[in-house]
Amino acid sequence: MSNVIEVNGVSKSYGKIRALDNVSFSVKEGEMFGLIGPDGAGKSSLYRMLATLLLPDSGTLTVLGLDSVKDYRALRSKIGYMPERFSLYPDLTISENLHFFADLFGVKVKENYDLIAPIFTQLAKFPNRPAGKLSGGMKQKLALSCALIHRPPLLLLDEPTTGVDAVSRNEFWDMLATLRHHGITILVSTSYMDEATRCDRIAMIDHGRILRTDTPDRLVEGLDENLYNAVAPDMFRLLAGLRKLPDVIDCYTFGATLHVVTADGFNPEQAKRRLEAEGIEKVEIYPAKGVIEDLFIKLTRNDQ
Amino acid sequence: MNILGSLIKKEAIHIVRDRRTMMITLFMPLVLLLLFGFAISTEVNDVRVALVTDRHTDASREIAQAFAVNSYFTFTGLASEEDITPLLKQGKIDAALVLRHDGIRTPYQIVVDASNPTVAQAAVAYISGVIKKNSSDIIITRTLYNPQMKSSYNFVPGTLGMIFILICAIMTSVSIVREKETGTMDLLLVSPVKPISIIIGKLIPYFILSCVILAIMLTMAYTVLGLPVSDTIISVIGVSLLYIVLSLSIGLLVSSIVSNQVSALIVSAMLFMVPVIMLSGMIFPVDNMPVVLQGISCIIPARWYIAAMRKLMIQQIEFSGVLKEVIIMAGMTVLLLAVQLGKFNAKK
Repeated sequence: MSNVIEVNGVSKSYGKIRALDNVSFSVKEGEMFGLIGPDGAGKSSLYRMLATLLLPDSGTLTVLGLDSVKDYRALRSKIGYMPERFSLYPDLTISENLHFFADLFGVKVKENYDLIAPIFTQLAKFPNRPAGKLSGGMKQKLALSCALIHRPPLLLLDEPTTGVDAVSRNEFWDMLATLRHHGITILVSTSYMDEATRCDRIAMIDHGRILRTDTPDRLVEGLDENLYNAVAPDMFRLLAGLRKLPDVIDCYTFGATLHVVTADGFNPEQAKRRLEAEGIEKVEIYPAKGVIEDLFIKLTRNDQ
Repeated sequence: MNILGSLIKKEAIHIVRDRRTMMITLFMPLVLLLLFGFAISTEVNDVRVALVTDRHTDASREIAQAFAVNSYFTFTGLASEEDITPLLKQGKIDAALVLRHDGIRTPYQIVVDASNPTVAQAAVAYISGVIKKNSSDIIITRTLYNPQMKSSYNFVPGTLGMIFILICAIMTSVSIVREKETGTMDLLLVSPVKPISIIIGKLIPYFILSCVILAIMLTMAYTVLGLPVSDTIISVIGVSLLYIVLSLSIGLLVSSIVSNQVSALIVSAMLFMVPVIMLSGMIFPVDNMPVVLQGISCIIPARWYIAAMRKLMIQQIEFSGVLKEVIIMAGMTVLLLAVQLGKFNAKK
């Protein structure tokens, strides 16, 4: 399988701030590739370069076999790009927005309706509602429909689920999954670590650098070792107490529990007794399952 | 539908759906024109004048009568010399005419309250006119082109000059910058659309809107304000269209140097509105300005447009008479558009 996106040693600086530092990765045809990283990691800069809207300081980006700098004109008509912010015309209706973007690419809405039908059916009920009056999830669906209307072989989605409620986020990922059956390659970015498992492969990015690229399963491999959950009624004292223990490397809140990263030879029972001796009641420590977020914290900790 | 067509249609929807802005753009020209045409005027009417004379003669009686019947004056009657100062101080009169007879001639003195120089100048001119008419020295003054010296005539070119800068420059720049700000410009660029089509798609709707406004303004000027109709009207329309294109390219320039709507508005207003009002000759004659300001006024498009409009609308001279202004405006337009295109190509 050939590579749809090939990013090679790309760097970009804004004044003194280094947004991207020697970034390289590739995306295979038909793949759903995730760029996972916190806000300000450099994801949007990378997207703007892939969409030919920003020039790299150094390095090359090859998209669909075309160079993003030299062949930018040809490339622009081939990709489907959905920027981070909602970028449709709020005063145009749903149907006007969709037809406008179809006109831009010289296609008829009817021709490609089958592709967007699963996404658009909900919106099709009120075609005359202004786009600005839609809810966050609906706006994203319309934006995705507009980005897809010319049947692009590659979709660039920059944080499509930011600011969208949990239910709509789930729905959105389901829709992306159906698009892959049409053979569309998808590059999607997110700052929600839990969404990473929805991708075939992910690249973890922070401070403009790629930390690790692999499948979600392989990335979390081996993370379970020396990783524990800890709970107690007084979480604050528990956190402080755990951090003082000699075998504990790191301890951080994870949802309703604490995740404890320990050295080899850590004994949960022993730790529990020591904590209770300090007056922290009802401590429970049990093995935890490592996820992408744990890996992220581990990688950035080593970084510092 | 072709791409340019849909871009224009989309822009037209933006304009029409934004009811408030559209109402302002259509009514503001009307209000300004009527305001300048009727309400605000630099003509001075009802100068209150008192007459002081040491001897009642036929001449003094004639002058008193002339004051009484002239619509520009309100004659407050005869007064003694000592009364002049208190009357002026109390604001009961604007001016007084003092006649002193020495047997053969009648030298006169005009005492005028110059706290408002415009009124004072007008009062002196009016009173001198009355006296000259009644003396044996005959001076014939012929006021050409605008015999009644109507200030509304003078304001039509000025208002036109201001309106088009306002509408074209501000509206185009704000609408382009809005697309940059909301990110829709990125979507337009990541498509087969050529940048030049995006620009033309922006300019054409605002050009059409400006033409509608031009039609409204000219209809008003030639009917309600009663500007003399002649065949120079064709030149008036032609020069106005050139000025509209020039204003649109100024809007483009603004949109390429600012990055958000608020600064687009401020830059358009500060850079163009204020100079247009102050330096274009709309209110203050260019020839009376210090040399430095006269120099600056040369780069203000409205100055040339207003000058050309005065000649065409009021003096009603042939098109060849405004060739200089037209060439300057055309030059500015070509220069601005060339710079814009250069910028667009340099981007990538």
